[in-house]
Amino acid sequence: MTAPALKTSGLSKNFGSLGVARDIALDLPVGGRYALIGPNGAGKTTLINLMTGMLKPDAGSIVLGGEDVTALEPQDRVRKGLARTFQINTLFPGLNALEAVTLAVAERRGVSNQFWRNIAEYRESIEEAYEILAKLKLGDACYQPTRELPYGRQRLLEIALALATKPRVLLLDEPAAGVPHEESGEIFDVVAGLSDQLTLLFIEHDMHVVFRFASHIIVLVGGAIYTEGTPAEIAADPGVREVYLGKRHHG
Amino acid sequence: MASITDAGSGTEPARYLKRQTRWHWAETLFWLGTLLPFFLFPDYLQLASQIAITALFALSLDLILGYAGIVSLGHTAFFGTAAYAAGIFSKMVWGEPFTGLIVGVAAATLLGYASSFIIARFRHLTLIMITLGLALLLEQAANSASWLTGGSDGLQGIEIWPLLGHFDFDLWGYTAYTYSLIALFVVFLGVRRLINSPFGLALRGIRENAIRMPAIGAPSRKHIRTVYTLSAAIAGLAGALLAQTTQTVALDALGFQRSADVLIMVVLGGAGRLYGGLIGTIVYMIAHDQFSGIAPQYWYFWIGLLLIAVVMFLPNGILGGLQVAAAWVQARWSKR
Repeated sequence: MTAPALKTSGLSKNFGSLGVARDIALDLPVGGRYALIGPNGAGKTTLINLMTGMLKPDAGSIVLGGEDVTALEPQDRVRKGLARTFQINTLFPGLNALEAVTLAVAERRGVSNQFWRNIAEYRESIEEAYEILAKLKLGDACYQPTRELPYGRQRLLEIALALATKPRVLLLDEPAAGVPHEESGEIFDVVAGLSDQLTLLFIEHDMHVVFRFASHIIVLVGGAIYTEGTPAEIAADPGVREVYLGKRHHG
Repeated sequence: MASITDAGSGTEPARYLKRQTRWHWAETLFWLGTLLPFFLFPDYLQLASQIAITALFALSLDLILGYAGIVSLGHTAFFGTAAYAAGIFSKMVWGEPFTGLIVGVAAATLLGYASSFIIARFRHLTLIMITLGLALLLEQAANSASWLTGGSDGLQGIEIWPLLGHFDFDLWGYTAYTYSLIALFVVFLGVRRLINSPFGLALRGIRENAIRMPAIGAPSRKHIRTVYTLSAAIAGLAGALLAQTTQTVALDALGFQRSADVLIMVVLGGAGRLYGGLIGTIVYMIAHDQFSGIAPQYWYFWIGLLLIAVVMFLPNGILGGLQVAAAWVQARWSKR
């Protein structure tokens, strides 16, 4: 059976005459740890936006676990197990971490339309939220408003919110963006510790991190897949060095 | 605050969330205070009744503005529609007050539900213009349908039967204030429950970050439709109460001024704080009553000044300012 966890074919998107995604075909196997790399403006975030439905593609399809989700709204894709995090913190500044993650759990469990019983009575949702936070070492900070959390913790909360949706496929858009180098390891330790049933695709600029955590690397240039392969293959590819590391030319 | 003293034993997050929703002694004090007009200002019960009704209207606006982040400049659409519906019903069918309320609320709810499909698709300036447009449109419709509404002369000849067949709507407003206050209190309790429920948390999520909501699998538009319909129903209750207690409906029940006034009241008091709209209404309407006695033509000068001062120095309104002051006093007290 082993249908790919996520599969795109012929995915294309134009902004005017600019092709920001060009005929992208991807196969993410279940449990894969895929890194998406490429120079600035290569269309990495655009690709995540297309996969999650935040952008509508001009052509192509997105298949999640054998089911075509191309026509679904973002929230419906999340319900089917496709979650994402954001490069720029997209959190709930006035809620604390416990409230925010409880909200995400309550949405998944379908109790968020309950308006009569006190939130505190939804023990299972709250316990589940707290467990996720504790696992990400946010347990002690979970009563503090999000806007007061240190930046690194906010990055972890990004991941906690996505995990609360119980994803099968998780797309991480530069999970350690803006975090000082010495702390980014902590964030990737969390990523590395996620269930191996969970399929991961992450965007990352730091090549050390990419080579350490990825089982497979996709190189995106000018909205199209330039090449893909194992870390060893990518490291040995002179073309990749030129377009990515050399940054000499790109579309 | 309380969360710190219990932090040792309260590792259980559910207990923490429960504490956040606990009834505060200041709330008891507030509601006891609403009974004062009966004893201290029996000459002002008509005004007190108007305040209670407007507070209910403000509560309905706060539900969408303060909790779901939907700015409306046309909330009178529901208030006025229900006022006319309840007024016309009592004229044409009968004057029994409770059925009149139901008819008013039903009219506002239907209108709220229908417009919620448009509301849920837009935000920011577009939303303000749509809500404003709907209210203007209805005001004009009421104006031209003068055979039904009395047009600019207002709807006359409403007769409301005694409440429960026993309590007359007297000139002093004793029954009117009792009636309005009970309605306000009951609805407040309901809204308070709603705010502290999972749905209330989802509304705060929409207010805090509407973009993130779909990314955690939340059907924001559906939530917005629900809360908007509910808010319309409550605004409608306020409008129907006004029609019944004053036994007349003027065009200004649908007017822009009333929409703007109620928005000012919620912002003055502090949006998204449940009591903010209530306190804003009390301050605004008592100030109005007092100032307009002194210099009626300059009344809006003072309210303008107050509004600017509050939004500049108290971003969370009067209630937010009070909370900061209370925390400061408490901190000073515990240091000694």
